[in-house]
Amino acid sequence: MTSVLEVPVDPIVERRRAVQAAATASLGRRKLGSRVALGVCWLFLVIAVIPLVALVFYVTAKGLPAWNAEFFTHSTTPEGVPGGGVWNAIVGTAVITVVATAVAVPLGLLCGLFLAESDGRTADALRFTADVMTGIPSITVGIFGYIAIVRNFGYSGFAGAFAVGFIMLPVIIRAGETAFRGVPRSLNEAAMALGARRATIARKVVVPTALPGVITGALLAIARGLGETAPLLLTIFGNQYLQWNPTKPMAALPTLIYSYSSQPYADLVQVAWGAALLLMAVVLVLSIGSRLLAAYLRKERR
Amino acid sequence: MTTIETPVPRQTRRGGRWSLPDNGYRGLLAVTAILFGALAVWFLVAIVLQAKPAFATLGFGWIFGRVWNPSHGLYGLLPFILGTLESTAIAVALAFPIGLGTAIALAFLVPSRVRPVLSTTVELLAAVPSVVYGLWGLIVLAPIFRDTVEPFLTSVLGWTGLFNGPNNGPSLLLAGVILFIMILPTMVAISRDVLIVVPVEQVEGAMALGATRWQVLRKVVLPGARTGILGAFTLATGRALGETVAVAMVIGNSPYIAHSLKSSAATIPSLIVNNFGESTGTQLSAIFGAGLVLLVIGILVNSAARWLVWSTGNDSAGVELGR
Repeated sequence: MTSVLEVPVDPIVERRRAVQAAATASLGRRKLGSRVALGVCWLFLVIAVIPLVALVFYVTAKGLPAWNAEFFTHSTTPEGVPGGGVWNAIVGTAVITVVATAVAVPLGLLCGLFLAESDGRTADALRFTADVMTGIPSITVGIFGYIAIVRNFGYSGFAGAFAVGFIMLPVIIRAGETAFRGVPRSLNEAAMALGARRATIARKVVVPTALPGVITGALLAIARGLGETAPLLLTIFGNQYLQWNPTKPMAALPTLIYSYSSQPYADLVQVAWGAALLLMAVVLVLSIGSRLLAAYLRKERR
Repeated sequence: MTTIETPVPRQTRRGGRWSLPDNGYRGLLAVTAILFGALAVWFLVAIVLQAKPAFATLGFGWIFGRVWNPSHGLYGLLPFILGTLESTAIAVALAFPIGLGTAIALAFLVPSRVRPVLSTTVELLAAVPSVVYGLWGLIVLAPIFRDTVEPFLTSVLGWTGLFNGPNNGPSLLLAGVILFIMILPTMVAISRDVLIVVPVEQVEGAMALGATRWQVLRKVVLPGARTGILGAFTLATGRALGETVAVAMVIGNSPYIAHSLKSSAATIPSLIVNNFGESTGTQLSAIFGAGLVLLVIGILVNSAARWLVWSTGNDSAGVELGR
């Protein structure tokens, strides 16, 4: 009868028991530690959200009072002269962004298509270059714009558009490549089996399929280009008057905010807040719009 | 009796007529790619050539000179290099723990209903132009720093010697804090992306073994996402190093080595923006040289960041954020 109870102890079971006992003993401590650590994460979330919310709140609260009909229709007035708006800066920013987009988007997408269809050392080098260029200090691009364009042709909207387009280009290239690479191989192969030329495949299959990603990428690049300040400070010179011609010095919203922010005149600071709200609103609308549009296009396809 | 006509697929014919032959198409793409590569090379060469006179006249020692006084022929860059590194250090020292904690909270703690809203908000804030952050920092934060934050920090941390001198408002500290707020969305969005791709089987396995939520994060999720987080951190660092206008607006722009966090200082980008207009000759070349130094730092940091993010296989991170 006792012989049944004297079965030798299984070392694995024994080890399991010991681990279980240790885990149970430390459970309270581990639970407390977990709660404290996760509490810190919550705290950091709150710390992170406060300044970001405060920024949006302040810019809206201080910028809205500056918005009136004159703000959107009149050009800037010299300091001390009441009234005036930012129409010249709106036109400048619009012209510069349109010119930069018109050059950078087609060029960037063709480049993205090249990268999506190529593997190898050259493609890798270009990919890496584009990636590094998305992060280089924008002021150095301003210097490049000054050396390449301003030195030869003078301060102008084109010089600004050159610098802004240069900043947008790598963003579009990489976003385009990512979108084009997302096109299923089977679609490509089906088109090839039908005897289509590569250009036809690109135009009829790859680009339409990748369109949501392409549009998102392009809009995000435009949103980024809109807010670039440093390169414009070295290239467009600024202009107090309305100027539609990009071969001449132009005004722009970001540079206007920059120069008015440090002015001792309250009405100029007020204009800066209004311009900041406008710029922020346009950028946010573009970013949100690109997401919604991409989501809509993806749903449409299914 | 009617005859059934088979419609000829018009698209096919048009497709044939409009398309380039294959080698023409490949050629067009290759030409644009070469154009882009040439543009990048031109960019680098142009700045190097313009900076060359400064190096020719001043040698290489001027980069580490302590005094910037162009009227006496002194073009020391050290105050600006230090200002750039110090403001960036403040920013990343704050952004790393807070950004990582926020990313963890966004990825795992926040109720799933609010999660997409919060995540999108953070990502959108990465797109707000830096000049807007600068305006807010200069007009709203600077007075608060001068009257409340700096006196408070001085009374609590004055013994460290980091808070000597008068309360300034625009200062190294304020520049660091503004940079911190600016790079936070980048840090959070990329960290969150790499945290949520850690395989769910590993997480469930750890939970099945009886690990607490924090233990799962600490021992499974964070090690798995380590490289990606490091990449996010490095990208954010690169952005802080190169930021121009927001910093130029709140750092006070004095060309001296800061002796306290409350001193005004200057960074390489702010030096360029503030002195560009009235520079000629050697001074202009020295400004371009400063730009070259900044560019080299920026390329190194970004190459490291890309390499780290690439090695996690997270190809699109950062590109989607634009910066």
